[in-house]
Amino acid sequence: MDHLDELEAQSIYILREGFARLKRLALLWSLGKDSNVMIWLARKAFFGKVPFPCLHVDTQKKFPEMYAFRDHYAKEWGLDLKVDFCPPVEEIDPTLPPAARSAARKTEGLKLALAKYGFDGLIAGIRRDEEATRAKERVFSPRGTEGGWDVRDQPPEFWDHFNASVPPGAHLRIHPILHWTEIDIWAYTQRENIPIIPLYLSKNGKRYRSLGDKDITHPVTSNASSIPEILAELHSTKVPERAGRALDHETEDAFERLRVAGYL
Amino acid sequence: MTILVSPSVVPHAPTDERPQVSIVIVGHVDHGKSTLVGRLLHETGSLPDGKLEMLKAVSARRGMPFEWSFLLDALQTERDQGITIDTTQIRFRTPSRDIVLIDAPGHAEFLRNMITGASQADAAVLIIDALEGVRDQTRRHGYLLHLLGVKQVCVVINKMDRVDFSQPRFEDIKREISEHLTGLGVTPAAVIPISARDGDGVAHNTPRIAWYKGPTVVGALDTLTPTRALTELPLRLPVQAIYKFDDRRIIAGRIEAGRLAPGDEIVIMPAGKIAKIKTVESWPNTPLNGPQGAGRSVGITLDRELFLERGDVIAHTATAPRDTRRLHARIFWLHEAPLKTGDTVLVRIDTMESRATVVAVEKAVDPGELTGVASTSIARNHVGEIDLSLARPAAADPYADNPRNGRLVIEVNGRIAGGGLVLSIDAGQRAVPVDIVPVESALQPQERAARHHHSGAVLWFTGLPGAGKSTLARALERRLFSRGGSAILLDGDTLRAGLNSDLGFSADDRRENIRRLAEVAAHLARNGHIAIVAAVSPAAEDRAQARRIAGDLFREIYVSTSAEVCEDRDPKGHYAKARAGGLPGFTGTGTDYQPPSAAALVLDTATSPILQAIGEIERMLLESHVLQQEPMDIAAHI
Repeated sequence: MDHLDELEAQSIYILREGFARLKRLALLWSLGKDSNVMIWLARKAFFGKVPFPCLHVDTQKKFPEMYAFRDHYAKEWGLDLKVDFCPPVEEIDPTLPPAARSAARKTEGLKLALAKYGFDGLIAGIRRDEEATRAKERVFSPRGTEGGWDVRDQPPEFWDHFNASVPPGAHLRIHPILHWTEIDIWAYTQRENIPIIPLYLSKNGKRYRSLGDKDITHPVTSNASSIPEILAELHSTKVPERAGRALDHETEDAFERLRVAGYL
Repeated sequence: MTILVSPSVVPHAPTDERPQVSIVIVGHVDHGKSTLVGRLLHETGSLPDGKLEMLKAVSARRGMPFEWSFLLDALQTERDQGITIDTTQIRFRTPSRDIVLIDAPGHAEFLRNMITGASQADAAVLIIDALEGVRDQTRRHGYLLHLLGVKQVCVVINKMDRVDFSQPRFEDIKREISEHLTGLGVTPAAVIPISARDGDGVAHNTPRIAWYKGPTVVGALDTLTPTRALTELPLRLPVQAIYKFDDRRIIAGRIEAGRLAPGDEIVIMPAGKIAKIKTVESWPNTPLNGPQGAGRSVGITLDRELFLERGDVIAHTATAPRDTRRLHARIFWLHEAPLKTGDTVLVRIDTMESRATVVAVEKAVDPGELTGVASTSIARNHVGEIDLSLARPAAADPYADNPRNGRLVIEVNGRIAGGGLVLSIDAGQRAVPVDIVPVESALQPQERAARHHHSGAVLWFTGLPGAGKSTLARALERRLFSRGGSAILLDGDTLRAGLNSDLGFSADDRRENIRRLAEVAAHLARNGHIAIVAAVSPAAEDRAQARRIAGDLFREIYVSTSAEVCEDRDPKGHYAKARAGGLPGFTGTGTDYQPPSAAALVLDTATSPILQAIGEIERMLLESHVLQQEPMDIAAHI
């Protein structure tokens, strides 16, 4: 078994555990490369047919290519697609700063969908290598009745035994690709020949490294116009890609925060 | 959503030439874990360009001495802002290994987080402060590494600069920790004197530790090996689920040990049923030829329809695990309330789960204490040995024989509360499955159907005592016999007098009673007879099991006569006895009967006469093609 085989076997195991141990399961389909890999893994786990709904909580601000992809492959892959819309930003707490207020739409949309369908398990395509809070995640991660996550009070999880009991009104998040990296995702997409949205590939010297809402997702400079080229780019680039912040400024900031936290 | 990852610290996808090894760094708080990580990242060239110089410059500008642990904290903070790398899974390279460091050290010291991280690791680095020596958390972490099955351990004795690089001090600590670890069956791969702050012993053996002749930390990490899949051990395929998405009946699971291939003769434990693997199913290409080894998530089909369920273990006939209801295990305990003799818990071994009673607690100690005081309960963060009595038989192995099928977790209130290793099992009384060779009937089902004018079925009458189940069952038996059929009555009480005379009325015994009834009935039905079962069978779960055993042949008939009418009739005098307190566990006066929700028929004998009820059953059997049209009807049409 090679590295990708091991990742795949582990993800399939997690998906099957979720399906065996929860009653009303749904897979969150964000249409991006990670959740497309996840759907592919679910088809492997269940021999071609995804036996639970795929839920797209739609901000209605995605790229047209993403909607086209969704509608085409939902049909081709025989998915039980459920599309639910996020409430308009006007309905969100106006005291929140603009970015937080926009992000809160998704959280609210998800809450509405949970209430509507009564799902007790949501399969989500997050990865540990994405950000700090995600790195602290468990594979089966309980959420409170308000959808909240108590990072300080997580039950232990070991030897692929997962905490699957759901208190009334709460739900579980299940993370089948938590242990994958961005490179793993692309290498597997390549090996399995999984369809991708063309926005990931370079056009006029730019490509999208991740896909979200139109207004808050920006392309990066890249000439990678195929998956092998993306992989080569991820392997070889020396310059860290970041959200336009000066490194030294951030380091100063980091020190400030450490001081506040009493480190020095 | 996706945060950019700094490419300079993301290694290539590992190849066979560069094994990927996951490690954890454990040990007492403040013994220098973060400093070691910072130094390792630097010495292995894993830092983004210019990062170190920048941190040093900022430290100097602020008039603070530079510390290596800043590096980790700075990276952590940056990542919190979505900029650079994953500090909870830091990756770096030694000359021939890709190392993944699980769980950033220096943060919350919760044992449950250490366990969650270390359980995923191939190896561990145990760090000890040369000044402070072996502390309680050092011993506790050492003990947990043993219980988690982490066999590769490197010990580093840090802050040697604080003890003037004293070789005697190093040897003292080395002796103490080595004794502790070897006592647990863990032999340290290396014990290394280092100063993480100054760099001695990390990537280079400096003159200050000239007396030390062993490997550096980087050198020791470079010899670690990934945990091997247990391909060479006997096959263990715990059943995760049975899928019937199409006309295939696929048994899904992950091969925990050994290998399998189409055509293999297998045994399903703990029941001991034998079958052959027909195909290995997959997607998009199916079926797969050739063997599949440990670590693979697979789906197989068998050459015959057998009842099996999640939690069963598929093995080869010659090397099957024994089935047991008694386990002796060494465990660690994380729950607030101590684990005591007599406690009821939920035990999981692979995909099997069973209620269990703690029969005995031995050797309960705090593994951090030097001289543990044995106790009769296991407190939080302590370890001990326990005897467990399982409510259902399990196919477990001793850990020494099979690490994957020989470890268990314990749940309390739906939350993982502890875990550990199976030290030994007490075998059940069952025959060795290799001796069991099923013999199929000489007759084909259609031969019997041609004679009896019906196909096989299990008619399962459920309802309160006195509801009229036996009366209906007997009348139906007579009716089917008179039209040339072969109907056989299996009355719950009658079987309790013989086949099931070893069973009482506890939930487990009731379950076993129903299972045996269902197995006998299903056997008759598969051979073309109509098995008529009359049993109170109050638990919906038990009837669901019967339905699974009999499969498509199963017809549930709910005799819904009300409790008042049943008590009024009281044909066996049970209600009167129960009211007088003489029949504990009697169903009827209590509220423990769970009515079926999807019965094929519902009959109330208080309102519909027997003949009418029998007519309804016949109609149902005709409609579902168990009964063929009356032979005389066919004759009339010729």
